[in-house]
Amino acid sequence: MPDSQITNILVVGIGGQGVMTATEILAEAAIALGHDAKKTEVAGMAQRGGVVSSHLRFGAKVLSPQIMPGTADLLVGFEAAEAMRWCHYLKPGGLVLMNTARLVPPVVDLGLYDYPQDPLDEIRKRGYQVHAFDAMAIALELGDMRLGNTVMLGAMSDHLPFPASILLEAVLKRFRAKKPQMVELNQKAFEAGRAADQAAAHDKHEDREAAEA
Amino acid sequence: MAAVMPAPSNARLLLSGNEAVARAVWESGCRVAAAYPGTPSTEMLEVLSTYPDMYTEWSVNEKVSLEVTIGAAYAGSRAFCAMKHVGMNVAADALMTLTLTGVIGGLVIAIADDVGLSSSQNEQDSRYWGRFAHLPVFEPSDSQEAYEMAKVAFDFSERLQVPVILRMTTRINHVKGLVTVGERVPHAAAGFKKEPARWVMTPAGAGKRIPLMFERDKTLLAEAEASSLNFVDEGADTNDRRVGFVTAGPAYMHVREAFPKAPVFKLGFSCPVPIQKLRQFAATVDKLVVVEEVEPLVENELKGAGIACIGKDILPRQGELAPNILKPAIARLLGEPVPEGLAAPAPVFPRPPTMCVACPHLGVYYTLAQIKNITISGDIGCYTLGAGHPWNALDTTISMGASMGIALGLDKGRGETDKDKRIVAVIGDSTFLHMGMQGLLDIVYNGGNVTVLLLDNRAVGMTGGQGNPGSGKGIHGDERPRVDFARLVESLGVKKERIHVVDPYQLPVLFKTIREEIKIPEVSVIITDQPCVLIDDYKKQKPYEVIDEKCTGCGNCVDVGCPAIHVTRREKSVKPSGKEVELQFVTIETTACTGCSLCVQPCAPDAIVHADLTKPMRLVRH
Repeated sequence: MPDSQITNILVVGIGGQGVMTATEILAEAAIALGHDAKKTEVAGMAQRGGVVSSHLRFGAKVLSPQIMPGTADLLVGFEAAEAMRWCHYLKPGGLVLMNTARLVPPVVDLGLYDYPQDPLDEIRKRGYQVHAFDAMAIALELGDMRLGNTVMLGAMSDHLPFPASILLEAVLKRFRAKKPQMVELNQKAFEAGRAADQAAAHDKHEDREAAEA
Repeated sequence: MAAVMPAPSNARLLLSGNEAVARAVWESGCRVAAAYPGTPSTEMLEVLSTYPDMYTEWSVNEKVSLEVTIGAAYAGSRAFCAMKHVGMNVAADALMTLTLTGVIGGLVIAIADDVGLSSSQNEQDSRYWGRFAHLPVFEPSDSQEAYEMAKVAFDFSERLQVPVILRMTTRINHVKGLVTVGERVPHAAAGFKKEPARWVMTPAGAGKRIPLMFERDKTLLAEAEASSLNFVDEGADTNDRRVGFVTAGPAYMHVREAFPKAPVFKLGFSCPVPIQKLRQFAATVDKLVVVEEVEPLVENELKGAGIACIGKDILPRQGELAPNILKPAIARLLGEPVPEGLAAPAPVFPRPPTMCVACPHLGVYYTLAQIKNITISGDIGCYTLGAGHPWNALDTTISMGASMGIALGLDKGRGETDKDKRIVAVIGDSTFLHMGMQGLLDIVYNGGNVTVLLLDNRAVGMTGGQGNPGSGKGIHGDERPRVDFARLVESLGVKKERIHVVDPYQLPVLFKTIREEIKIPEVSVIITDQPCVLIDDYKKQKPYEVIDEKCTGCGNCVDVGCPAIHVTRREKSVKPSGKEVELQFVTIETTACTGCSLCVQPCAPDAIVHADLTKPMRLVRH
């Protein structure tokens, strides 16, 4: 099965942000549509605030579970520097959905390393498209930081080979089963994420027009 | 995990390799399953513990877990044991004689190799155990195969009365894929039958069993040659025979992904190697390439049988053999242009795992970092992170429980340059019970001068807080007798006055206790007694915040190493002595802080106070 018939989505962030759960929900949506899917993580000690990268591949028949550098259709960065760390996994010119929130690790606080000045600019300089928005601020505005991963799922929903409503349904199905009182808030978070992505796409378009003018 | 248990037969589920094996073990009518937690194997027993109609346990170590399942298999029950690769080093003593007795009930031993070292101290290849112990090895290459092979393994084990090793790797254990599941078929225990010549392995008894093991080798080889788990997967282009691959495990998927047209010999029953079948396959291709993670086992066996092949001379002996490793290697082999160089990764700081906010180990490492002239023998668990910044307070780590013996060796083997060094050993509660207490007994018995810090956080923290005899919780979270560590070490022979139970959040007491005990030339045990912050026993306290105007930038709190403390500003300053220092002004992320007070204690200007909860919580935004 040639690569082109498989959708490769790489979701990255830090242990505890809900990266693996978000990817699992995405996988459930793809499976509900009849796709084959494989999902894999590099997250050995992720519970301790380390890097998490979650690979999702879906299509007619998936063989290797791993996305190779240069082949991801979509990169979803739950944290700014993590989006930058993994951007070379995208196919040339590919799209990054990026939470601009910065989570600074102890090695930076200790002065051993610097946090990149402008991760967004670094990614754009490498020729990738970026839709950037502050998912943490959106989640806080809705009243719960834990809504961040639903915001990110909402942002992804217009960049999948299936309608946004399918992904929304996969999100809500989980909450209906586990935390029914959180269904409404998660629907709001999903829609806010979707709107943030659309606004970011619009901003980018205006930037380009400004540059051309 | 919850999705696994009630799922009806024929359901198609998204399961990790661990979940798939657990489901298959349950469906196979297994009655007893045991394991010690270890990444990437842990979820097999976690999931099994949610199924009805079978006994599951967290054992104190892998050797005991294997012995429990051997006993169950002797009694005629189907039994299952899971462990990470290094666990088998511990269990091998039982394994190497188990192979002589064989079993009655089917026994499947899943060994999870951490290829790629996501969470382990080495990258050993468990397929060696098949060769060493004369046992069959099955190697699945995704969740569906893991499920199917585990079921085949039980039938096979019972039919040949031989334990089967299911060799998995991280890229099987932790990858989720679709699996079609079936139903549980109960399997009654045949009952234990006294047969000393078979079950009592004295030299005379074992001597008679060894020739039977060699006879079984021949049967196993014939089975491997005939097994449908070993097959040729012709590629999309049957005319292109320039390269044929021999591969197993996750590498099979990588080979198929990278070379959809090439012929592939897929090994599922990979030990003993089906040499005749492979010889026939080799004759159909120009070049035979063996793609195996980690060691060149199949490659060397093929070469030994006179079958020309290529393997580790073009492929790495370390890490996974993913398509991006395979493609350039094969292109070079064929003299084809190597695929173009890809975009280089952007330079970003490393983000190593950290201790949790308010972790009780922070107090221990903050204190150890303040004490000079000590050598610290460490062990395996979250507290291995003490080797990192800002503490740099752990000097050795090799294997479970090794902190004890190594500390004694550092003491007895000390040279002239170390004569004034104090030896400290640091070990967690579960690791101590796993394999550390024998080492402590050795220190006591042989008169070692070691100060042991026993970090009792009532959990196997690193793997997710599973119960153990130190937590007093069983695999189902039920109450079990809890080990009293102070009485345990006393009964091993540590003097009562040399045993201290200390709260690791009380820094002055901890500091004073360690300082005093390292001066005394005999063995001491200091037990720290606060729960892991990730388990239910942990109770959050009111968070703290920094009064910005009071912070003098001394950085003492930064040395605690808590991830909730962030440096907001750095300044250079010259002390009256003329020495230049860097000031670090800080803030506390009140949304993350759980009020352990470790940072409050070293704060010279009393700038850290309980947060005013009437104001919005402080979230650090950079």
